[in-house]
Amino acid sequence: MATLTYRDALNAALREEMERDDTVFLMGEEVAEYNGAYKVSKGLLDEFGPMRVVDTPIAELGFAGIGVGAAMTGLRPVIEMMTWNFALLAIDQIVNAAAKIRYMSGGQIACPIVFRGPGGAALQLGAQHSQAFESWYAHIPGLKVVMPATPADAKGLLKSAIRDEDPVIFIEGEMLYNLKGEVPDEEYVTPIGEADVKRAGTDATIICHSKTVAPALNAAKALEDDGIDCEVIDLRTIRPLDTAAILASVAKTNRIVVAEEGWEFAGVGAQVADLVQREAFDDLDHPVLRVHQADVPMPYNKHLEKAAKADANKIAAAVRTVCYRD
Amino acid sequence: MGTSTERGSRSRQREAPYSDEYRDWLRMMLLIRRFEERAGEAYAVGQIGGFCHLYIGQEAVAVGTLSALREDDWVVSAYREHGQALARGMSSRSVMAELYGKATGCSGGKGGSMHLFDTSVRFMGGHGIVGGQIPLGAGFAFSARYRKTDEVSISYFGEAAANIGSFHEALNMAALWKLPALFVIENNGYGMGTAVGRASAITDLAERAASYGMPGVTVDGQDVVAVREATDEAVARARAGEGPTLMDIITYRYVGHSMSDAPHGTYRSKEEVDERRGRDPITVLADRMRELGLLDDDGMAELEADVAAEVADAVQFAEDSPEPDAEQLWTDVYAPVKEND
Ligand SMILES: Cc1ncc(C[n+]2csc(CCOP(=O)(O)OP(=O)(O)O)c2C)c(N)n1
Repeated sequence: MATLTYRDALNAALREEMERDDTVFLMGEEVAEYNGAYKVSKGLLDEFGPMRVVDTPIAELGFAGIGVGAAMTGLRPVIEMMTWNFALLAIDQIVNAAAKIRYMSGGQIACPIVFRGPGGAALQLGAQHSQAFESWYAHIPGLKVVMPATPADAKGLLKSAIRDEDPVIFIEGEMLYNLKGEVPDEEYVTPIGEADVKRAGTDATIICHSKTVAPALNAAKALEDDGIDCEVIDLRTIRPLDTAAILASVAKTNRIVVAEEGWEFAGVGAQVADLVQREAFDDLDHPVLRVHQADVPMPYNKHLEKAAKADANKIAAAVRTVCYRD
Repeated sequence: MGTSTERGSRSRQREAPYSDEYRDWLRMMLLIRRFEERAGEAYAVGQIGGFCHLYIGQEAVAVGTLSALREDDWVVSAYREHGQALARGMSSRSVMAELYGKATGCSGGKGGSMHLFDTSVRFMGGHGIVGGQIPLGAGFAFSARYRKTDEVSISYFGEAAANIGSFHEALNMAALWKLPALFVIENNGYGMGTAVGRASAITDLAERAASYGMPGVTVDGQDVVAVREATDEAVARARAGEGPTLMDIITYRYVGHSMSDAPHGTYRSKEEVDERRGRDPITVLADRMRELGLLDDDGMAELEADVAAEVADAVQFAEDSPEPDAEQLWTDVYAPVKEND
């Protein structure tokens, strides 16, 4: 196994899929000559040329729609959003076109497109550049929402997303690009819709994804000292949600904490809590608790920002509560 | 040397280009007119639901433009698209059945009036978000070029859609990349109740093309021949790799914006509607054909009877068709799961 950064793993996935299938192309702002705002597309222009690695004007709505149109004709566009904050400009094409074409056409037209780019907060980028939108997209039937937390999953899931017959919202972690991890040398794909048990445990389950996976694992480690043995589940895919993995874990631990970067209202944790109360009510020894961003726009000040974000301490505190240990 | 009749038709051809296609065009415009009138009646008695936007008065735009295209070209439109669907060669049965929401409709009853699709003729939909289809049309053109074909795409939208961001973004990229695209403004003068001059700072919308560096043409949309001529030019440019064209085709809708809107009253007067109806695209072509000796009263009556029969058949088909199965609610959200995958 090679050790790759999350960024390079994504780059490898793009390269391999573009080599494998010449209907795959990459389009977005600064993806070609600049090598990508976060350098995910480094070297691809040189390798595949300007027809397949396409720089666009700053026109998210327009190039998202051009991608959807191309996908409707059988091409497989990968549309890079410089960050998901800017995809708000394109959400009409994502929600009203990409997600609906198959249904509205009575199944005649597929829309195999990937919208990808970094989501969530980085450091001190302020209110407009620090947002986690996965629950928005996961709300929409017709979309799949994928959020890898590790380099291996970044590569395997991006390859799956590109091969998928339906539109995939692929949200990378803005803070994860430099994360290093082992990536298999051989060809592989990671299936969409399967959560990953990062750590088996018996006392409580922490459900997390993307940037909350590392703090969840840190919290689990810290809780060992309190004699609490946590199971940590990385959802990896938000929609379709791996309900079986969640329910199996609750049946084992009877306690559950859901951690996410986004806001509380109608967030991913709300969906998990709903699932668990409906399907596993009798398994629960404590109400489901949630850890999420404070219900405010992200402040710039670093102390305030830290206070707003989900972190390992908040997750550990919630786990203690569900274990009646606080 | 041909016979004298052939010589006659050839010289007519010279004076009147496309005259051998006139009869088909007249029939198609009549079909759209009668189809839409019948759809309006079916709506009034609740057989068609939802939003329904009729094309009456605008027939020459669909017929003139689409007659210029090839089978492998791409078509996309807004929610006022029954006319384009028919002119593109979709069967009146499958379109009417879709308006009725039936399983035999072109979108299986899941689209409705605003979402007609038929991939067999590359009719890539009616779309309900104003302007949303314009980038899709640019995307089809992008794909045509990506796949190294000489296919072109045509995107239809109203003049009010020329004020939305997707219009500007799509036209800029289409021109920047010289995509083989036609952008057709069906300028019927109003976006719902808003006259063009109350919404656009420039009312000569063809001028907008200058800001994208593409040609812009203003076309008489009540004269199907003029529409066809202008389209031929734009298609030739696109196929030759010279890039997109913006066509501002001036037309008029005789009816309200949708079924809940009166033909006249608040935002336009009866006098105005009557005056504009005076230059009807069907009459304009029929008169020209009469002048050229290509049509007489019998010929017209024959066409009328022919389209009446087709519309009656379409309605009968729609009425007799089954509703979609209940399980259709759940299909086509995602690709079917492959077995043994
Ligand atoms: C983005 C958006 N805003 C508003 C509407 C509601 N709406 C539907 S049609 C219409 C008028 C559009 O006029 P125009 O583009 O000129 O086309 P026409 O209806 O005249 O064919 C409006 C405002 C919509 N469907 N989409």
